[in-house]
Amino acid sequence: MKPRHSALAEPPIVRIALTTLALLFLAFFLGLPLLSVFAEAFAAGVPAYLRALADPEARSAVILTVIVALGVLPLNIVFGVAAAWVIAKFEFRGKAALITLIDLPFAVSPVVAGLVFVLIFGAQGLFGPWLMAHDIKIIFALPGIVLATLFVTFPFIARELIPLMQAQGREEEEAAISLGASGWQMLWRVTLPNIKWGLLYGVILANARAMGEFGAVSVVSGHIRGETNTLPLHVEILYNEYNQVGAFAAASVLAMLALVTLLAKTAVEWRMRRETAMLSAELSPERVPAPASGRTAGATHPSAERP
Amino acid sequence: MSIEIRDIGKRFGDFVALDGINLTIPTGELVALLGPSGCGKTTLLRIIAGMESADTGQVLFAGEEATHLHVRERQVGFVFQHYALFRHMTVFENVAFGLRVKPRRERPAEAEIRRRVMELLGLVQLDWLADRYPTQLSGGQRQRIALARALAVEPKVLLLDEPFGALDTQVRKELRRWLRRLHDEVHISSVFVTHDQEEALEVADRVVVMNRGRIEQIGTPDEVYSNPASPFVYRFLGDVNVFHSRLQGVWAEIGRPPSGGAAAASAGSGGAAAEGGIAAPVATDDDAALAFVRPHDIDIVRAPQAGALQATIQDVHAIGPSVRVELAHESELIEVELTRERAEILALRKGEQVWLSPRQVRVFAVPSGGEEFVSGSGI
Repeated sequence: MKPRHSALAEPPIVRIALTTLALLFLAFFLGLPLLSVFAEAFAAGVPAYLRALADPEARSAVILTVIVALGVLPLNIVFGVAAAWVIAKFEFRGKAALITLIDLPFAVSPVVAGLVFVLIFGAQGLFGPWLMAHDIKIIFALPGIVLATLFVTFPFIARELIPLMQAQGREEEEAAISLGASGWQMLWRVTLPNIKWGLLYGVILANARAMGEFGAVSVVSGHIRGETNTLPLHVEILYNEYNQVGAFAAASVLAMLALVTLLAKTAVEWRMRRETAMLSAELSPERVPAPASGRTAGATHPSAERP
Repeated sequence: MSIEIRDIGKRFGDFVALDGINLTIPTGELVALLGPSGCGKTTLLRIIAGMESADTGQVLFAGEEATHLHVRERQVGFVFQHYALFRHMTVFENVAFGLRVKPRRERPAEAEIRRRVMELLGLVQLDWLADRYPTQLSGGQRQRIALARALAVEPKVLLLDEPFGALDTQVRKELRRWLRRLHDEVHISSVFVTHDQEEALEVADRVVVMNRGRIEQIGTPDEVYSNPASPFVYRFLGDVNVFHSRLQGVWAEIGRPPSGGAAAASAGSGGAAAEGGIAAPVATDDDAALAFVRPHDIDIVRAPQAGALQATIQDVHAIGPSVRVELAHESELIEVELTRERAEILALRKGEQVWLSPRQVRVFAVPSGGEEFVSGSGI
């Protein structure tokens, strides 16, 4: 009989079967759709693909998507870092409620989130008449899209930072303050450098979601071509018009964005793992160089310790 | 700079962390706050540093009100148990931090910063590590860097929170000797928190023993060890045999200086030393009293003598430089510590009958309902 490699390992046949199954599943549900997006996009050849992307409406959709992401991310970084810092480093009443609130966007359907903004800022909404009177457009305009995107992407950065900041504790910040640093100096020189990789990770995820968001944006944007259409909305419109090449060309841009996101995410994860490994590295039990007297220690006090 | 603490109190919800603490730390002294975990010593240190605010009372630096000063303005150097080095900065930058964050007009020039930092790294004997990151250092090295960093801003007071708590025994022993030498060199008023009695007794000029948010005793290491003010201090600083009231009858039977016993019984909770070699505290009708005898204050003799207690040897262990003997007297267990030489002369064996002759006994009357004293005495 052949001895097994390890008592805990499954027999090779089981391992191979399970791995194959997982790979097949991945290929079928992730690989195939991705391939088909590019296949459809290039179905009419490269020139048609480029023409579809050069279409003014497609270009304005790409530009709008980038603008929304650029508007959302800085705000999310500020709010996310602030919220995570407060939650991770201080004890206060209502902390659990605040954590739940931060998770709310994950729990609520994006369509509902969009509707909430329509109800608040829409023509028939809470502030609608006042906004109309002052000629401020929020719903069916850029501010509405930014707000809705902000809402659905809010948890990414805070969620990523809270456990990281909790693990790091307050001591380094206290040390900085006791050395005379001001609050800002502490933030720029100690707090942010310590969380930079976690923050970047959160930003990458939030960015992917911001550029890909459909539901909430769909409700507040009004689908005005060339004006309030983001890339995901543009894909839907073209598809509904049976413009296969155009729809899939736009979709391929989103797919490439996804691939870039994955790459960046992996790179950051790798960096983060290295840093955590460095932080949790066991201290070598190195001795302090013996003092000049060179005496080796025996207990100076004959006090036996008894717990 | 001297530190004065007046009637400081602090609560966390229902938990009283500090209760009416009064303490004066003269300029240039190295003081240890010693106590079991949860006794409030770290809270007191953080209140001195300004990282925690007291509910009541005042903190004075050099006679001046400092209770409401911000940490930044207190000019204290703080050393944390887990070093709290800035992990993304080199050792050099860690030490330079305090100088770099100074307002522009007070900030030294780059060359001056370099000189000061290297000087401090020389002081802690780690200048060869300037370009390393904290994660590349051992625990002892990290703590010395943390100390150099705290000293860089020339603090008026140095506060250390369990500075050697995270280190292993050997490193801890060497570092505390090193800290003592460093303190003798820079001579800055320092307070360090520890739960290790040996550490406090070895390093400090004065020891403040704390328990349950109160100060039990303040004194030189020698005073608190050889003249403990309360049963708690007795138990906390080293081993002790505690004889309950019912045992006192036995002690009284054997050795009987009645006057000493009477004094002890009337001494109240503060306690009084029963003077004269063989103390036999007679509690008379007041039976709630405890007698404390350190294991190394008991001698073992082969022949019965006045004031000696008969006991049977249960076990003999050689522990490092001393020999610990466990004996039974009736149902009570007594621990005696002898030097190796003495143990060799006696050649004790299990099951032998011997006599115990205490050299120093101290008696504390237990206040009625003093369950604290009665519980967990170990005897």
